Amino acid sequence: MKKEKFLHRRRFLLASLLTVILFIAVWAFVVETGLVSTRYLPAPAQVLKTFVQKLSDPKPEGSTLGANILSSLKVASVGFLLAAVLGISLGLFMGWYPPVEKFVKPVFEIIRPIPPVAWIPITIMLFGIGFKAKVFIIFFGGFIPCVINAYTGIQLTSRTLIQVARTYGAGSWKIFWAVGVPSSVQMIFAGVRIALGVSWTTLVAAEMLAADSGLGYMILMGRQFARPDIIVLGMLIIGGIGALLSVVLMRIEQRMEHWRMKR
Amino acid sequence: MSESVKIHVENLTKKYGDLLVLDDISFRIQKGEFVCVVGPTGCGKTTFLNLLSCLIEPTHGRILIDGIPADPKKHDIAFVFQEPSSFPWLTVKGNIGFGMRMKGWPREKREKRENEILKLMGLEKFAESYPGQLSVSTEQRMVIGRAFAMHPDLLLMDEPYGQMDVKMRFYLEDEVIRLWKETGTTVIFITHNIEEAIYLAQKVLILTNKPAKIKEQLSIDLPHPRNVSDAEFIRMRKYVTEQIKWW
Repeated sequence: MKKEKFLHRRRFLLASLLTVILFIAVWAFVVETGLVSTRYLPAPAQVLKTFVQKLSDPKPEGSTLGANILSSLKVASVGFLLAAVLGISLGLFMGWYPPVEKFVKPVFEIIRPIPPVAWIPITIMLFGIGFKAKVFIIFFGGFIPCVINAYTGIQLTSRTLIQVARTYGAGSWKIFWAVGVPSSVQMIFAGVRIALGVSWTTLVAAEMLAADSGLGYMILMGRQFARPDIIVLGMLIIGGIGALLSVVLMRIEQRMEHWRMKR
Repeated sequence: MSESVKIHVENLTKKYGDLLVLDDISFRIQKGEFVCVVGPTGCGKTTFLNLLSCLIEPTHGRILIDGIPADPKKHDIAFVFQEPSSFPWLTVKGNIGFGMRMKGWPREKREKRENEILKLMGLEKFAESYPGQLSVSTEQRMVIGRAFAMHPDLLLMDEPYGQMDVKMRFYLEDEVIRLWKETGTTVIFITHNIEEAIYLAQKVLILTNKPAKIKEQLSIDLPHPRNVSDAEFIRMRKYVTEQIKWW
């Protein structure tokens, strides 16, 4: 049983690896045969070379790769965490206490459809192009899905389970923590996963418009310096980190919802 | 005699707008008594139970437990619902301790009681399992254990075995009787199954069609465990069926 599972997993790993290799092969083929000029699309080997070089060299745009990654992660994590904490709390309260819902929902409904990128111009006017501005834009991107999912999740709490708690004499606040919150964990995580994706995407958009370091900034500068290798390197790093973050989040979810896994 | 009256229901009436659901119901239940409530489908049995558990407010009348108006914060009232009501994110042990945690029992007292109930229900080996890993009957046993766990002043059961097959029902009915005898809890058990009522109860309250009144209070003196093919049992069952017939 265990061995079978292991083999099964290995086969999947092999398949995943093959796709990656195939992807790189096609990419290399297209460039090497001159189908696309290396002036517009760098060869995989060139990107690898740039990667090694960028680890220590701040040229051409001004920061090493590590510094750019760090700068982006810092902004993204502050914005994202702020969005998660405030968004989840607001969503839960909205879903649990009708007065809060009545009070907040009209404003929320107007803010909700505004895409995070549309916040960029006003943010630059208000906060300039610094750390605060970027955090603010990312915050809005992540905030909305966190609110919606926490709100929906807690509203789906089983009436029966609430009544069980009520017959034991528990008040609304106690039931909120003992029944409402645990039963919305799954929805909350779905929201957080969306929020993480949106934060990371918005980050790049924010940095492309207003920044002096970071991965998005690096890509933008790559275009200005006509360095496609830097552009592609930046894209790959953004993709890689995004995937890594979502894996981390999935692990946390599995930890918290281990009862769901045991069936 | 009157000092052992546990539950005192006086002139209980419930109206939804103009719709009269319960009409002036009064009765008493002794401490440690097992009472079944039967009545035609849709006669307001669940409304009746929701009133007793204080989930809804009566239009008139009152419910006294030990002479004090019933209040879930003061009294220990336990409720076994018709639909599954285990907390999927809590272990079996956590589920059994849920009520005690809501009531803020000290940890040691709670854990001691949790272990007692686990043992009593034969659920020790499932203590750390989650409800999703259990069979339906084991899950329901846990829910019953949870209800008995805090020595409730009053245990209300709303057709808990309505959805189950005959075999499982017999098994769980015996479990309830066993727990009731061990703990001396006062139980009100609602059912539309007349045989079930006769099998379990010391006293049967027969309700009329809507608006529900008490048609008759019937004492059943047969000793437990009862034999469903016993002549007296069958006579009782026929009698109650006659009383309930409304077609």
